[in-house]
Amino acid sequence: MGRYVIRRLLQMIPVFFGATLLIFLMVNVMGDPVAGLCGDRKCDPATAAQLKKEFGLDKPVWQQYATYMGNVFTGDFGTAFNGQKVTELMSTAFPLTIRLTLVAIVFEIVIGISLGVVTGLRRGRPIDTVVLLLTLVVIAIPTFVTGLLLQLLLGVEWGVIKPSVSSEAPVNELIVPGLVLASVSLAYVTRLTRTSIAENRRADYVRTAIAKGLPRRRVITRHLLRNSLIPVVTFIGTDIGALMGGAIVTERIFNIHGVGFQLYQGILRQSTQTVVGFVTVLVLVFLVANLIVDLLYAVLDPRIRYA
Amino acid sequence: MRGATHAKWAACAVTVALAATACGGGGDSGGGGGDGSGIVGSSWGDPQNPLEPANTNEVQGGKVLDMIFRGLVRYDPKSGEAKNMVADKIDTKDSQNFIVKLKDGWKFSNGEKVTAKSFVDAWNYGAHLKNNQKNAYFFGYIEGYDKVHPEKGDASADKLSGLKVVDDKTFTVKLTQKFSTWPKTLGYPAFAPLPKTFYDDHDAWLAKPVGNGPYTVDSYDKGSKMSLRKWDDYSGEDKAKNGGVDLKVYTDNNTAYTDLMAGNLDLVDDVPASQLKNAKSDLGDRYINTPAGIIQTLAFPFYDSKWSKAGMEKVRQGLSMAINRDQITETIFQKTRTPATDWTSPVLGEAGGYKSGLCGDPCKYDADKAKKLIADGGGIPGGTLKITYNADTGSHKEWVDAVCNSINKALGNDKSCVGSPVGTFADFRSKASQQKLDGAWRAGWQMDYPLIQNFLQPLYYTDAPSNDGKWSNKEFDKLVDKANAETDTGKAVSTFQDAEKVLADQMAVIPLWYQNGSAGYSDKVSDVALNQFSVPVYNEIKVS
Repeated sequence: MGRYVIRRLLQMIPVFFGATLLIFLMVNVMGDPVAGLCGDRKCDPATAAQLKKEFGLDKPVWQQYATYMGNVFTGDFGTAFNGQKVTELMSTAFPLTIRLTLVAIVFEIVIGISLGVVTGLRRGRPIDTVVLLLTLVVIAIPTFVTGLLLQLLLGVEWGVIKPSVSSEAPVNELIVPGLVLASVSLAYVTRLTRTSIAENRRADYVRTAIAKGLPRRRVITRHLLRNSLIPVVTFIGTDIGALMGGAIVTERIFNIHGVGFQLYQGILRQSTQTVVGFVTVLVLVFLVANLIVDLLYAVLDPRIRYA
Repeated sequence: MRGATHAKWAACAVTVALAATACGGGGDSGGGGGDGSGIVGSSWGDPQNPLEPANTNEVQGGKVLDMIFRGLVRYDPKSGEAKNMVADKIDTKDSQNFIVKLKDGWKFSNGEKVTAKSFVDAWNYGAHLKNNQKNAYFFGYIEGYDKVHPEKGDASADKLSGLKVVDDKTFTVKLTQKFSTWPKTLGYPAFAPLPKTFYDDHDAWLAKPVGNGPYTVDSYDKGSKMSLRKWDDYSGEDKAKNGGVDLKVYTDNNTAYTDLMAGNLDLVDDVPASQLKNAKSDLGDRYINTPAGIIQTLAFPFYDSKWSKAGMEKVRQGLSMAINRDQITETIFQKTRTPATDWTSPVLGEAGGYKSGLCGDPCKYDADKAKKLIADGGGIPGGTLKITYNADTGSHKEWVDAVCNSINKALGNDKSCVGSPVGTFADFRSKASQQKLDGAWRAGWQMDYPLIQNFLQPLYYTDAPSNDGKWSNKEFDKLVDKANAETDTGKAVSTFQDAEKVLADQMAVIPLWYQNGSAGYSDKVSDVALNQFSVPVYNEIKVS
């Protein structure tokens, strides 16, 4: 187990460097960012040159990358074009997005898994059909449609919520955005759980457990659910990263100044420092989430052990 | 059907969830009755640059500067006329040497006095190369600018030699050339005075800017919110008529509009294009659509011999005649643009140099004549006109496609004109400023100050900073020089108009339309108006 974890951690190093280098090159290919800072007019050449020097844009790309990586290891992610430290942007953006992601994950786990269990146990019954249809609808409708619709109905028409989230973004304001963000994944979790449960219901160990006379509740939670959760956990684990990066749409609609907003802003303004910094952290989140998923396997199914 | 069913289901689930966590609507923006203490909630965009007067060149940062600073002169929000604010008088005998006298009693909100030094130091700071100020070129007319801000290498002087402090209330300015209307340019935020704390503790100042305007910054949460409050000891006459303004950054102006509809916001100064159709019925009288000092044009690459050779002016005039401006402004822009008939803007007014119809026939839609003119001029170089635009902001695709459509229809050829998108604004600008674009491109100009000079010289004078197409015409340059030297404003304006006629003859760029500022406000506020820069006049807003 310990060796496995170490090996996984070592694997993260090339992934980390490769991903950051790729992002770095991609942002650089987009051309000279300083030109966009002066609006519809030409930057005066002396100031532009000075700015380039300050942001290190006058050096060759490999050198920029080397300096950048060197700084990252000392915790310096550089400065965005509006003069703010990227770490400062991160410290305001990540807590918001993490909170939003957590709300979404909780929805996925609570609603997704319970619906999955209910339908998996009642396969072919009306409730199963209804939920299946609903998940199909949710998957088919793009997030921004669901988001805008809910915002309009709940925010403007019925006045139940505020259409936009305030800058402090307390959890109660994040419920609707979280639900919107979770919606598609939630549908997948439901379907995954349902299939898995339905399959395992007929497994030998479940029959044995029933035959032993164990209460139904215990059979379902301790035996059936535990074994059925492996694909679901894999999905939710990888989804954490996807939710954080993919929150752009939801964050835009509900005016949440999180990671998605900063990335969008960074890309529009071609701020290499902002984009690379945020993506670097997102890559780390992805890697760690995947590691945790792999480790959870062993917990859920003791037969899975890593040498 | 499905969508609706689903929404209802989801809505019910959410309602339950909300009840459980005791959430709800509820407003936090304070009321205050009609006593002038109410707070205005207004939409905002994240300023692109650090908030310093000489470093702010876009509307979002400009909004704040307009609230917390007052310069020597200020443009009347209604007429656009430059009126003395901190300046008592600005005198000159030769249009080149100016004596500036300040009024008594002006203070910064930290108690410091506004003196001649506050201005001279601020201008020296703004002009100096090492401070990276994006508006540094505004000080370019002052003598000694080439020393503190050389085009190459390091600065050889620390201060502009043309600026001299005489006493606490007086300073003198020497320009490098005659420029009769120079005092009228001083309303631009870059010329604002700065307090000592700006230099002593720059980071602290940036975190909470201090100025001499009707508002003070109460709190500034970068990237999300700025609270401005009325400053009771403000020295000027245009005191705030409300208790303050909360500027809230929106990720998307659609969300801001939704918040306005839901009563969470009082003022949206950028109605999203997709809502323009509804704005009138949603808001009625509370929808504002007034001219702003912005013109949009099509520019050409004169650095490319294909476009600069003799006879091409006919092609450019022909292209201009092939664009149906009326139709495009009505269908695509819902009348938030006005077809352009000169190269300035209606906000200048007749006296300021705006002359409707100056462009004449070339700006009127006439498909047959257009076809003939283009054929006479030798046809579009390469057979196809490529119009480059940036696809990331401003929904340029729609109108570029419409313009191309109009040209194609007029010429009876589907391949006469195509749009050519570039991914980001920065990339687009870098290509334009480095003369890497071929064919035409979308260009635009937002005025810095309401002067006809600002619409002509920076854009079309030989080698002017924003003359991206490298258009050059001796006659035009001569007339601009002559106009600048004119001491009589009326004569200066009419000479500028003569220069503008050269533009019409040569069709240096095709004027498309003047852009309006659009805004919407809630029924909680009144006396809302936009100035010529399409920035709300915040200090006049009353909260009921």
